[in-house]
Amino acid sequence: MTALLEVKNLTTYFHTRNGVVKAVDDVSFTVKSGETLAIVGESGSGKSVSCYSMLGLIPSPPGRIEAGEAWFDGRDLLKASQAELRQIRGSKIAMIFQDPMTSLNPYLTVGEQLIEPLIFHHKLSRAEAAEKARSLLQEVGIRDPEKTYHAWPHEFSGGMRQRVMIAMALIAEPKLLIADEPTTALDVTIQKQILELVKEIQQHRDIGVIFISHDLAVVKDLADQVVVMKTGRVVERGDAPSIFNCPDHDYTKKLLAAIPAGSKASAHDTAQMSHPLLSVNNLVTTFADRHSGDRFKAVDDISFELQRGEILGLVGESGSGKSTLGRSVLKLAQSDSGSIVFDGEEIQDLTAKAMRPYRRRMQMIFQDPYASLNPRMTIYDTLAEPLVLHDLAKGPQLNKAVLELMDDVGLARAYVRKYPHEFSGGQRQRIAIGRAIATKPELVIADEPVSALDVTIQKQILELILHLVDKHHLSMLFISHDLAVVRVLCDRVMVMKQGRVVESGLMESVWSSPQHDYTEALLKAAP
Amino acid sequence: MSEMLNSTSEAQGSTSSQSGRVDSINEYEKGTSLWSDAWLRLKKNPLALTGLGFLVFIALACLCTPWIAPYGYEEQNLLLGASPPSPQHWLGTDTFGRDLLTRILYGGRVSLMVGLIATSVALLIGVTWGAIAGFVGGKVDAVMMRLVDIIYALPFMIFIVLLMVVFGRNLWLLFFAIGAVEWLTMARIVRGQVQSLKEQEFVEAAISIGLSKWAIIRRHLIPNALGPVIVYTTLTIPSVMLLEAFLSFLGLGIQPPQSSWGLLISYGVESMEEYPWLLIYPGLTLTLTLFALNFLGDGLRDALDVRASKD
Repeated sequence: MTALLEVKNLTTYFHTRNGVVKAVDDVSFTVKSGETLAIVGESGSGKSVSCYSMLGLIPSPPGRIEAGEAWFDGRDLLKASQAELRQIRGSKIAMIFQDPMTSLNPYLTVGEQLIEPLIFHHKLSRAEAAEKARSLLQEVGIRDPEKTYHAWPHEFSGGMRQRVMIAMALIAEPKLLIADEPTTALDVTIQKQILELVKEIQQHRDIGVIFISHDLAVVKDLADQVVVMKTGRVVERGDAPSIFNCPDHDYTKKLLAAIPAGSKASAHDTAQMSHPLLSVNNLVTTFADRHSGDRFKAVDDISFELQRGEILGLVGESGSGKSTLGRSVLKLAQSDSGSIVFDGEEIQDLTAKAMRPYRRRMQMIFQDPYASLNPRMTIYDTLAEPLVLHDLAKGPQLNKAVLELMDDVGLARAYVRKYPHEFSGGQRQRIAIGRAIATKPELVIADEPVSALDVTIQKQILELILHLVDKHHLSMLFISHDLAVVRVLCDRVMVMKQGRVVESGLMESVWSSPQHDYTEALLKAAP
Repeated sequence: MSEMLNSTSEAQGSTSSQSGRVDSINEYEKGTSLWSDAWLRLKKNPLALTGLGFLVFIALACLCTPWIAPYGYEEQNLLLGASPPSPQHWLGTDTFGRDLLTRILYGGRVSLMVGLIATSVALLIGVTWGAIAGFVGGKVDAVMMRLVDIIYALPFMIFIVLLMVVFGRNLWLLFFAIGAVEWLTMARIVRGQVQSLKEQEFVEAAISIGLSKWAIIRRHLIPNALGPVIVYTTLTIPSVMLLEAFLSFLGLGIQPPQSSWGLLISYGVESMEEYPWLLIYPGLTLTLTLFALNFLGDGLRDALDVRASKD
């Protein structure tokens, strides 16, 4: 079979004020029709830039393609003019992006967005275009294409939007589909469906697919060929079975090892202890629907206990109410009824002011390390704020305490005067963890603290959390959509669906013999 | 390591004298380096520094006017009449034979004071009002913003005339009245900023640390909303200066023989064809001042944006 796309010695540099960044350094790969090539690497490895540069999509300046060829359909893309590239992008090569929430125009119905290219590029009539759009929606597995056609983007979940994005990508019948981390923002069960859909389309239409991901596990069932990239260079390439079964390069081994697997080493049974640190009984939290005014129960009659020194996992998809439960326990969201007993004291009815003394003893780690740090405060100020507020340190002791926190979370002390934007996602999450443990709390609620991170970073952060829980005798409610991640950390687990706990028990027994259908579906969906 | 500790305590020592406040959070604000960092960055921006230098020069000149002005502001020389610039009168004289340079300097005292005081009033009320409305939300927000809408809807002239009737003609009242109208837009801008900022997780993190609402507004929300506030402030200053000229022209502001830049310009327009210097020099002074303000404002906005490069 001939190659559909052949990239040879592609080299892209970014000429920044601080010097030349070799984003893509002498990279070659080929994609054949009917084959999926996975490009895997951490963020910053150049995996996206290599695809964007051959499509003329890198910002230039500072980006510049220094050398290389990219043969597609009998011509070199790197020598094509912007107008030619635009033609190719619209018709022969299509892309799917990571975030389906922002890639649809909220002011146009799904149908309007789908038929736009058909009318403008393919000169179809409105009726023909609409007909084609409906059949495409059907192809990407949308059950009611007629209704979807007239719907607005905000009426869809992330998974549905990604399906619509795929339909949009397919509209011009491309020969090559480039998917840039298309499932990273999705839940595991949805991710599985989207991966299956991509595979189905690839086989059905016999097209080439480039699948970009940071996670080797995701591409395992999908890829025919795998290219592993690190700091702009290809470190390993080969067909999928050989990469997964006998990787050569240390970095590939590291990526494989970062896939969460195994269970917590020192699993001890803590359920029998008499005085739980936290005891939640029949908690109900409702939200008003913005349009109808009806209240729906995000947390519906939930009870559980958390022992001292225990990490309790809380698993569920987005919309299951797991984050709301975490926020309700910390009284960041107001619950309607039920009781929250923290260390023997009822805190459910406390006012915001009466709650303040308890804040020192219970903290939260948030999902998005980009949003959870004040961009105008230095790391020093962020870490010092809780210490000063609760009068835990002053003057020289404050400096010492802040620097010790930096040591605790594994950041160099010299970084303390920098601002959040100067750090990577993993480093920011370390800072956020530092802030959470600054007051030496007894309870920490971690809301998907690793979901926004690359797998290798994810592994480091999980290890850090385990270390800190042990060192400071923390009790933790660990919220995640990923059972495999929870298994690494937790002794016990609760599975939530639509505001209710559908299953709970010791991690290992849930993992090996799930009782509820939903738990089983979650386990199966894990890549 | 020890070097860094030293520099930390140094930074604290140098700023501690500025805040004499005592409660625990303020005590700790000594370590906040947003403003000292901003100053370091501003110092590297030649355009902003030039602007700052020019403003300081103008302000000093106007402040010292009674001592440095070559003539009195109402000193007439009817025999001379309007004369073009000459060695005796550097910028010429007006139709009453009054020295234009002197009148520009005296006018600057009024104009700069209006700009400074009215804008400060607008800033203080607007930022506080908008931040509280945006952060608290709900009914409080609705009531506060409807009040803003009501004042918006009041015809400005009637409002000013009413104030003048009740309190009599008073320069300070004029400053206050202008400020009391200009804060409305500021409040809306800040409210919008705060509304989007408060959805961010770092605000929730601040709540879970146990900060009070007021501390969250002051330490987390306002510093992040500063960019648009500074830009709008640099737009407010010229607009209140022109507003003063307008009111004075209508006879509500300051009265001849006193002057302000706005008044000088509006008289200059009337005699533009015969005596162009009466328009050119006051106009030039105002334009240069506004340029300087804008350069400084842009520089400040960039300096306060920590994400801008730090090299």
